[in-house]
Amino acid sequence: MSYLLKRIAFYLFTAWAAITINFFIPRVIPGDPVQALITRSRGQMTSDAVQSLYVLFGLDKDASLVEQYFTYLGQLLRGDLGLSFTYFPSPVSQVLGDGLPWTLGLVGITTVLGFLIGTALGTGIGWRRGSWADALIPVTTFVSSIPYFWLGLIAIALLTGPDSFFPASGAYDNGLVPNPDLEFVGSVLRHGLLPAFTILISSMAGWILSMRNMMVTVASEDYVTVAHAKGLSDRRVMVSYAARNALLPNVSGFALSLGFIVGGTLLVEIVFSYPGLGLQLFQAVGAKDYPLMQGIFLIITLSVLLANFLADVAYLALDPRTRREG
Amino acid sequence: MTVVPTTGTATPVAAPVKRRRLRFVANPKATTGLVILGFFALLAIIGPWIAPYDPSGRGNDLLQGPSAAHWFGTTHLGQDIFSQVVVGTRSVMVVGFVAGLVATVLSILVGVTSGYLAGAGSEVLSALSNVFLVLPALPLMIIITSTLPETGTLTIALVIGFTSWAWGARVLRAQTLSLRGRDYVEAARATGEKTWRIILFEILPNLTAVIASGFVGTVIFAVTLEITLAFIGIGAGGDWNWGTVLYWAQSQQALAQGAWWWFVPAGLAIALLGTALSLVNFGIDEFVSPRLRGGGKTNVKTADGHTVRMRVGFTPVLAHKTRPEGRETP
Amino acid sequence: MTDAVLEVRGLNVDYGLGDDAVHAVRDVDLTLHRGEVLGLAGESGSGKSTLAYGLTRLLPPPGVIAGGEVLYHPDGGDPVDVLRMTLPELRRFRWAETAIVFQGAMNSLNPVHRISTQLTDVIKAHDPRGSSAARLARARELLRLVGISADRLDSYPHQLSGGMRQRVMIGMALALEPKVVIMDEPTTALDVVVQRQILRQLVELRERLGFSVVFITHDLSLLVEFSDRIAIMYGGRIVEQADSADLYRDPLHPYSHGLLNSFPALRGPKRELTGIPGSPPDLRAMPAGCSFHPRCPRALERCGAEVPVLGNPAEKRDTAHVAVGRRSPTDRTVACWLHPVHHDGL
Repeated sequence: MSYLLKRIAFYLFTAWAAITINFFIPRVIPGDPVQALITRSRGQMTSDAVQSLYVLFGLDKDASLVEQYFTYLGQLLRGDLGLSFTYFPSPVSQVLGDGLPWTLGLVGITTVLGFLIGTALGTGIGWRRGSWADALIPVTTFVSSIPYFWLGLIAIALLTGPDSFFPASGAYDNGLVPNPDLEFVGSVLRHGLLPAFTILISSMAGWILSMRNMMVTVASEDYVTVAHAKGLSDRRVMVSYAARNALLPNVSGFALSLGFIVGGTLLVEIVFSYPGLGLQLFQAVGAKDYPLMQGIFLIITLSVLLANFLADVAYLALDPRTRREG
Repeated sequence: MTVVPTTGTATPVAAPVKRRRLRFVANPKATTGLVILGFFALLAIIGPWIAPYDPSGRGNDLLQGPSAAHWFGTTHLGQDIFSQVVVGTRSVMVVGFVAGLVATVLSILVGVTSGYLAGAGSEVLSALSNVFLVLPALPLMIIITSTLPETGTLTIALVIGFTSWAWGARVLRAQTLSLRGRDYVEAARATGEKTWRIILFEILPNLTAVIASGFVGTVIFAVTLEITLAFIGIGAGGDWNWGTVLYWAQSQQALAQGAWWWFVPAGLAIALLGTALSLVNFGIDEFVSPRLRGGGKTNVKTADGHTVRMRVGFTPVLAHKTRPEGRETP
Repeated sequence: MTDAVLEVRGLNVDYGLGDDAVHAVRDVDLTLHRGEVLGLAGESGSGKSTLAYGLTRLLPPPGVIAGGEVLYHPDGGDPVDVLRMTLPELRRFRWAETAIVFQGAMNSLNPVHRISTQLTDVIKAHDPRGSSAARLARARELLRLVGISADRLDSYPHQLSGGMRQRVMIGMALALEPKVVIMDEPTTALDVVVQRQILRQLVELRERLGFSVVFITHDLSLLVEFSDRIAIMYGGRIVEQADSADLYRDPLHPYSHGLLNSFPALRGPKRELTGIPGSPPDLRAMPAGCSFHPRCPRALERCGAEVPVLGNPAEKRDTAHVAVGRRSPTDRTVACWLHPVHHDGL
């Protein structure tokens, strides 16, 4: 288990680095963003809230940098990320709490599905190298070069409209109240379908290409030749020998590119006005809502680190060489 | 066991040795990619001169579809979208190139150093690149750029360059680690060669392909990131790029108004540039790893007219008899 | 030739197609008899591995078999041509009749599966009706056969030493009791001590189980010690074949002579090590005539013009080796103009 412990230590370190970046960056912002907010709030802010914002932005000139840093950490531990300008006077943590489930549902599920489907397709294409399936490669390359959000725009233009089954925006019908009843769930699924397909198609393409290349590389490994020489069925050689090994670099690639993929998928939310973290980030950028931006950066980073850790666990289960000798 | 008395072909066999030309350029994928890339590079240079209109200049044709006067139509302010796309090419190419260059230089510095030098320093550099690797790029860029006083093309390019070197550094570190153990490097070290000379003359030349593919990869990444940032309204203050075009299209509800011409050309340009860069990278991959090469024909015709596909594990048999014309009486 | 188990006739193997094709194996005829160890020797690039992969149809693209026959003689049945088999037939034939131990045991085992999985999956593929307990018992037996304790079944390949891995591969090769085992440089990556241990064990197993072996190596001294007969390959052709004792005592082809003097023999009289000047020919641009003539110290004018034919050398026809009494002296063949071929009835 020493491998996992090492990974955990690394993720803790990275989380700390992200928090520290978050601490230092606002300290170089010119001007006094808190003052601007106080003006906008027209005196509705409590002095506690003002103080917490001053800590967040490092405008608490009386304290030394070290003191500021520890006050900041303490505030984070209590879940106090300041007040959002956009959703004033809601605290950032509450805004994030509203957005996170939608993002987890949409981005989380589609990213994993895109990886699984793309890897499965890449396995087939790589194995049947030189057959008609190779014709898919140029198409896939082109699709993988399209930004996610643009594909979303096209999907909206082509597939939505007044008479269409697919709604162009939102996560559920306006008139509905979030309830675990059939009507609400159906509405959520219907709204999620198009953004989900957009993310699936864009993210799948990359996995198809990388898995295909890995299959081609692995197919000439000695153990695959041995598997053929043993007279095993084609299916068994493909799945249990070639794909099983080609999967390993793809899984570690998945872990490493999560941070990048998540960025792309957040934009799909913007295009579809899907009420997740991506849309909130977009609004925060427009309103120069620094506390919200920082909160979103933190929560996305932590989620990506967690997902990375899960991918590590999967890798551990897949590759006996990383396990301890026993 | 017996070797049956056999026959020999008396004809001298001297297969023509094919000249190994510039194999990389001969790679059809790389060539296609380079041609498209060259087209965009040209556009980046001459774009502002050949654009028919001022991309920001307003006109009287509001939200018009493509026509002879406006090839890609107009915006809600009557701006010519064709001119915006053409002029915007420069910003896209500059960001891609500058960010790619900065990131590549950094990745060589960090990757090769941490791969070649052993010890704590190497571990720290490796950990640093891993941290940068897992931090989600887009939100990080957003909080960095939101604190900058101005976000012109060059600023964006530099920020992207300084945050996206980690992938290349990681790959280079792994490569350097394996090169370090090679005989000729060991030999150079044993003869007392200076470290910087070993790195410069023994290690770096062997990393050329990895560095090149890392550069191209970073350019793809940088271009996508710049356009994405512009699309959500960050950066390129005043400068046109393809992302800004899309930003205005989105914020002016181009979709709801059926103005497809507003976002289709810029998006296709992005996809085309991305495809070109990917093709160049495929070319490099195939150059480095011959296993990936298409290898021309994969279907072979047998003597009895069947077509079989070449595949691992089942070597095709073209004919069953020995060549009768090869028989000769000694 | 009633006791032949594998007969190769006129085998040609190319890399690539048409004019670009490189002829890696040319017009090879070779017979493997029941129960014998046949050594196949030559420098790298001589075509010996290509021959082995070609006759089992395991050569990866762009390798193609340009012509020939590979006849397998099952016990008491009609011979079958491996090169005419359909894919399902080939799959059934593989490992059940001819098993292979590959060069470099490091990569022959799948790193992500346990040894037990890799031993039992081949049994299951050829006999799907057997119980998994029976398969596991067989796997245990196979490991014992090659001198590995049965608790290694649950190990992964990376937990075994190189020698152990190669033993596992040999055990795996014997899983279905094949008649023929082809070994391609099976011990090259191992140190000399382990190498000898494994080979001695192999000889012992061969005596117990009665399979035939095609043993491919560049190390001729190893073959002299462990094989019954030896065939020497150069430039894609067989240039000489003989009983190993005869070949060691009296190599006829100058290349065999040079090859013998490139390795120190462990037994027998000492020789001076000289090696062969020059390097193996480029298969893309083979010299005309005998492909060895540019490196041959005894080349004649004729050698550069005509390809010598493999046949019984006339000078050995009547006198030599009758005393050895094992096989007829016609078994000895060479392709060299220094030793004109005896031909009857021509």
